[in-house]
Amino acid sequence: MLHLNEIHKIFNEGTPDEKIAIDHVNLNLQPGDFVTVIGSNGAGKSTLMNIISGVLTPDVGEVQINGKNVTNMSEYKRSKMIGRVFQDPMAGTAPSMTIEENLAMAYSRNKMRTLRQGVTKKRRDYFREVLESLHLGLENRLSAKVGLLSGGERQALSLLMATFTEPSILLLDEHTAALDPSRAELITNLTREIVDKYKLTTLMVTHNMQQAIDLGNRLIMMDKGQIILEVSEENKKQLTIESLLTEFKRIRGEHMASDRAILS
Amino acid sequence: MIKERMISMFTAIFGSFEAGIIYAIMALGVYLSFRILDFPDLTVDGSFVTGAAISAVMIANGTDPFLATIMALFAGFAAGCLTGLLHTFGKINNLLSGILMMIALYSINLRIMGRSNIPLLNTDTAFTKISGFFEKTGIDSFFNNILSMVGLGDSLPETWGILLFMIIVTFVIKFLTDLFLRTEIGLAVRATGDNKRMIRSLSANTNLLVVFGLGLSNALVAFSGALIAQQGGFADVGMGIGMIVIGLASVIIGEALFGTKTIARTTLAVIGGSIIYRIVVTLALRVDFLDPGDMKLITALIVIIALTAPKIIEGSKEKKRKARRKSERRNIIKANTSAKGDNHATLK
Repeated sequence: MLHLNEIHKIFNEGTPDEKIAIDHVNLNLQPGDFVTVIGSNGAGKSTLMNIISGVLTPDVGEVQINGKNVTNMSEYKRSKMIGRVFQDPMAGTAPSMTIEENLAMAYSRNKMRTLRQGVTKKRRDYFREVLESLHLGLENRLSAKVGLLSGGERQALSLLMATFTEPSILLLDEHTAALDPSRAELITNLTREIVDKYKLTTLMVTHNMQQAIDLGNRLIMMDKGQIILEVSEENKKQLTIESLLTEFKRIRGEHMASDRAILS
Repeated sequence: MIKERMISMFTAIFGSFEAGIIYAIMALGVYLSFRILDFPDLTVDGSFVTGAAISAVMIANGTDPFLATIMALFAGFAAGCLTGLLHTFGKINNLLSGILMMIALYSINLRIMGRSNIPLLNTDTAFTKISGFFEKTGIDSFFNNILSMVGLGDSLPETWGILLFMIIVTFVIKFLTDLFLRTEIGLAVRATGDNKRMIRSLSANTNLLVVFGLGLSNALVAFSGALIAQQGGFADVGMGIGMIVIGLASVIIGEALFGTKTIARTTLAVIGGSIIYRIVVTLALRVDFLDPGDMKLITALIVIIALTAPKIIEGSKEKKRKARRKSERRNIIKANTSAKGDNHATLK
């Protein structure tokens, strides 16, 4: 489904600030895989997401989606196949537009945009139906401006918008990190439900180790631009935070740097 | 004396309405770029004249005035697209792309016209045709009879045709704009101004949308320019100076007075803002010590007031609210202390 082949990315090459962000990374996602990615700050997780989504292009290497080489395909073309939810709850929705208009824009993601009305009666009924799956009562507020919603509600809406067209790949970039614990839990549960419902191939970056262990069928750990640990489906079931930290220490010979990753 | 004043006042306001409804099309264009795309587009100063120039040259050469006006629409679209290309593919800052295009258009407009001014007197324009048609319908005399009855018989406008025709044209454009902004492409254009990153992640080519949106915006501006040239009876290379500020004034006044709840409401507000702007300017120019050269200054002042006044009013309301709450609390405390009969330290 998603295939990363020898991806290499250097920032500020040839300057004193030169930094290897991604160091020859290989990754393979089978259809239906839900892979969680953990790692300390600067490990290259977000860069990897940006390379997959087309915001950045790798210096070396190839990105394949559905067997198609998309390495140099522009971000907007690629996003026909990729659903994304960002960390910032404000980033995934248009605040001055209504809930139904936002959904209409997501609805035409994988279609040609034309001069047809964005929100028709038929679509409105469909939007109401998919909104019910969020259990937030948003289905009764279709014509409310999204800017009026709370951060949690906006993030839930972003999640729905990223997924209900069933993209080939779903990228979640710390999408619960900016929410309070109860809202974060709500979004985590919704993520599990939705990914399960549509059988989406998902890559989720998180700082929260418990979340990384609870969600998904595979786990990878990144450090300094490399994938240093891959946990397969069988082993992931026995995984605990302690065993992950010991594993990190064994591989790197040092303690995990980020307090945030340990504490959360 | 009073009657004379009333008559001249009526003539002035009638003129303001007539001009305001034509400039409203330009204001709708500015609304598209400034509010919808969040792109302060200074191309307007040039594309307004481009519209006027193209239609004036074509009309002077004997082309049908309606066709000439439509051609202005396309020329404006092209100008807007170029600004969009400078910004998106040239990666030039949005204000600067507009300024560059505005300056470039000044020379292009001179080239189109061949000289700095083309008079359209004694030529058939869209409006002479319309008012000719109206005279036959008898609508003119109907309205003028009403005016005579209320005692304004000495200030009868030459024709009602331009006003009525332009109300229809402007509202057709308004409804088409509303309709467009609700289509799939229209939604994407709006999202481009609202949250570029998001709409890009939903597979929309934001560069193309910016180019297209600016094209539409300037098409409306040039269309308005073509009509103003025909109404005023000339096209002049300097007639676009400060046009962006007039557009902004209309948008801001309209939004402040009539609200922005929905798109349809806002476009209506912009039209209203354009007319009110004209009325304010006309009334201001009737003050003895101001002369027509002061118009740009008045415009700038109107925009400054429209931008600052709401905040000042809001601020003073806030202050009053706080003062009231403070005195309420003081009263409660006072009531409590007197009820207990204790001698607590009195609050100042």
